[in-house]
Amino acid sequence: MPALGTIDFWVFIIPAWFIAGAVVSLLLTRYDHAANLAGGLFAITGAAAGILFAVSILMSGTIASISMPTSFPWLSVSFRVDSLSAFFVLIISLLVLLCSVYALPYVKHYYGKYNIGLLGFMYNIFIAGMIMVVTADNGIFFLIVWEIMSLASYFLVIFERDNPEHIRAGSVYFIMTHTGTAFILLAFLLLYRTTGSFDFAVIKNSASAIPPLVKNTVFLLALVGFGTKAGIIPFHTWLPSAHPSAPSHVSALMSGVMIKTGVFMLMRLFLDIMAPSPGWWGLVIVALGAVSALLGVLYALSEHDIKKLLAYHSIENIGIIFLGLGSALFFLSIGDEAVAALCLVAALYHTFNHAVFKGLLFLGAGTVISETHTRSLEEYGGLIKYMPQTAFLFLTGSLAISAMPPLNGFISEWLTFQALFSGIQLRSAFVRGVFTLAAGSLALTGGLAAACFVKVFGTTFLARPRSHAVSHASEPKLSMRAAMAVLALLTVLLGLFAGPVVSILSKVAAELGGFAGRALAPPADVWSLGLRDGFANISMPVVFALLTGGTAVVFFAVRAVFQKGRTVTCRTWDCGADLSPRMEITATGFSRSIIMIFKGILKPTQQTDTEYNDASMRYFPKTSVVTLKNANIYETYFYRPLVNTITRISGYFKKIQSGSINAYVLYIFLTLIGLLVVYVMRGM
Amino acid sequence: MEGSGHIVLSILAGILQIVMLPLMAPLVTGIIRKIKALLQNREGASVLQPYRDIGKLFRKDEVINPDASWVFRFTPYLLFSTTVVAGISVPLITTIRIFGFTGDFLTLVYTLALGVFFLALAGMDTGSSFGGFGSSREMTVAALSEGGIVFSILTLAIAARTTNLSSIAAAVELLPLPSLIPVILAFSGFLIAMLAETGRFPFDNPATHLELTMIHEAMILEYSGRKLALIEWASSIRLVLFISLGVNLFFPWGLASSVTFPLLAVSTVLYLFKVLLFCFLIAGIETGMAKLRFFRLPDLLFTSFILSAIAIGLMV
Repeated sequence: MPALGTIDFWVFIIPAWFIAGAVVSLLLTRYDHAANLAGGLFAITGAAAGILFAVSILMSGTIASISMPTSFPWLSVSFRVDSLSAFFVLIISLLVLLCSVYALPYVKHYYGKYNIGLLGFMYNIFIAGMIMVVTADNGIFFLIVWEIMSLASYFLVIFERDNPEHIRAGSVYFIMTHTGTAFILLAFLLLYRTTGSFDFAVIKNSASAIPPLVKNTVFLLALVGFGTKAGIIPFHTWLPSAHPSAPSHVSALMSGVMIKTGVFMLMRLFLDIMAPSPGWWGLVIVALGAVSALLGVLYALSEHDIKKLLAYHSIENIGIIFLGLGSALFFLSIGDEAVAALCLVAALYHTFNHAVFKGLLFLGAGTVISETHTRSLEEYGGLIKYMPQTAFLFLTGSLAISAMPPLNGFISEWLTFQALFSGIQLRSAFVRGVFTLAAGSLALTGGLAAACFVKVFGTTFLARPRSHAVSHASEPKLSMRAAMAVLALLTVLLGLFAGPVVSILSKVAAELGGFAGRALAPPADVWSLGLRDGFANISMPVVFALLTGGTAVVFFAVRAVFQKGRTVTCRTWDCGADLSPRMEITATGFSRSIIMIFKGILKPTQQTDTEYNDASMRYFPKTSVVTLKNANIYETYFYRPLVNTITRISGYFKKIQSGSINAYVLYIFLTLIGLLVVYVMRGM
Repeated sequence: MEGSGHIVLSILAGILQIVMLPLMAPLVTGIIRKIKALLQNREGASVLQPYRDIGKLFRKDEVINPDASWVFRFTPYLLFSTTVVAGISVPLITTIRIFGFTGDFLTLVYTLALGVFFLALAGMDTGSSFGGFGSSREMTVAALSEGGIVFSILTLAIAARTTNLSSIAAAVELLPLPSLIPVILAFSGFLIAMLAETGRFPFDNPATHLELTMIHEAMILEYSGRKLALIEWASSIRLVLFISLGVNLFFPWGLASSVTFPLLAVSTVLYLFKVLLFCFLIAGIETGMAKLRFFRLPDLLFTSFILSAIAIGLMV
């Protein structure tokens, strides 16, 4: 046990603090309010300590580590926090802090309905799991904490267990995440076979001795395993149903940071432990990212459940992060560390930004849902008049995720564009083609994301209420608004201070094994950010000042030059009828044209059920229901055939299970003889 | 003595860089209308008519729907300022970067997108049927045309090895003749995407209020008075901004390479001449071509994107 007060001590104490919070919350389970308060306060204090800890590591550049051997030779409880880990600890702690502040009043609506002590327990365990996942330094220990994180999040997904939909979503998540873990386990076992250790440090030191075939196999296994957690297409099927099922502050954490642990491990494995890598690894990741980004946003457009829509946007943004990560791997493989560092900075920056604005959007959506008791965009409308502050904060998040300047989403998407542009400038025609398509996908994704958030904000907050659900809505409690306001402020600050952020992230990149300290920081200060010998430069403070100042100048100039004219408030003329909410555009209608344009990919289906007054005559319909859906091509063409194959193979094995004891004794006897024969043969 | 003259000219060029596009924008719109009218055997209004229209709207009363929120009231100011701010980055008469820190082409594209984002929200804000459909159509076209704009300018950026618009213009001016084939390809991609971005034929009809076809006009249907004036003015700035990008990035010959009086005077005249030629091009397209059906537009926009992608492939 390290001495109290040293930095190594904190590595251990922060997860322990969350676990303590979990236990206390569980003990108070009979008192809803006390359990909520205890769980929340432990999470808040632990997260605050986590932020301080991560910042001090990032600032000082030290490495905190602690290792406790267990009675198993291949398992040691070891943590190691370098800059990359500290960066992820920072993101996790920051979002945990704000989500927990938000949760204190938010959880109240579960009082008396569900077990609050259990919620506090799972919530704190989940946080502890995430923190330990990004700090673990031993493969087996990593798998244990990975499992803790996955199981805790599974229980959070099915927390509102009265809804059968949530149980189903939880089961899909449970199966998918464990399939992913199986792939990860195989990857670690393969590494163990060639390096003789589960310790990341040992594997890293003997990484050069790993034969290429094993290395490539480990790459594919890890990509599937961690890609499943990250929600990359086609392993995303669990994500859009699991994230919305959890309570909103947990959805924010799952979408904002939990899926990033998959990204973290891919960075750790490919850029640090197993570096250097062959070029095709990077290209595969870029291609996966391009597909996920584009398809993610297209699925989001066709969704009108607000939380599902946000979950699909997580898939899109993971895709954008993959674009940066894949480019970094590729440039590292061709020995261009400076550009690789820029690409990795883009990926890390977007990881941070996505956590901030997706957290904000999920908390905003949670507020809207708890005020209106529905998740359907078609039943909102006009909420800007009932909850103006929430609307403003949600708008900030929408602008950030749509990559609008001067907010943070813009700068990380700009950096990702620059990463892809440098790939387009390479000599090889094939590589150039891949990067060109990826940049095209990113350009299209940006535009479609903007369209999607015009739809979300427009149908939720603008125009007139579409249903009675809206009429009781009001602003949420102050602490809920405060949590969202801090996140909204962060979207502005992370955009404004792009220069310093990039400098810090370059340092994070330089520490990784693949760069070995050779990563060059792009010349950046508070004022400007220049890339690749002047290929591109940008000054976010100037962009910010021009946009805000310009709008203010226009506003006051128009007022000064022209006297205030008369403003008449008058209803829109609608041919003499009464204006009704049915005249407004719906979320479905808004995105219908885009869906029809991309119908080759989305495969929209339309089913009309009509009930007639007279079934035999079929002239006068009584009711007519049109169901619009997208065909689930992943289930039809990927998972269903896979399951069928597995079932068929299992069928063959069933034949040896006759159910008769005698047969089983025979099997045991035959196996024994077989083993004896092998033993004797080896002896000779 | 040479120093002080240089400073005066630089300040003049700086002021010109900011106010030139807003001031000449209504004129360009007026000229296009006049050419169209003449091509259609009409007399047509004076080329100064857009100035009178905007001036009249600024002095008029406003009517606002009670359902509209602050988004509706705020959007015209933001739209106007994003368009003017984007315009600062465009090289007009010189390839010198007059203001440091401006001129990145992605920033320009996304700054314009910010204005469109709010305009689409404003279209939905009043809750009328037209506004919502206008927003939906506008965002669909905008999402698809962004790729064409980014890629066509990227072709030049790769040839010039910089994403700064002024430096691109300077570099394209010096390109050897064989490199002009990808430049022409990229220009055709740019032209298609630019017509979509500015709401001209064959994507949108700027002169119609026919509910089945209008895109941009449907979004701004509820605006009146000074807010409408700002929006109309911003649309014409947007048009002249894209025209300037077209003529000065793809055909930059004649741009002043240093801040001296004779060079600036020549390049101003050349620039205005090139813009006039472009006006003939747009008017010609609008007279000779019918507006396309909405679901035919994506084909055209993907064509624009592919043309630019091929241009990038050719540009080593």
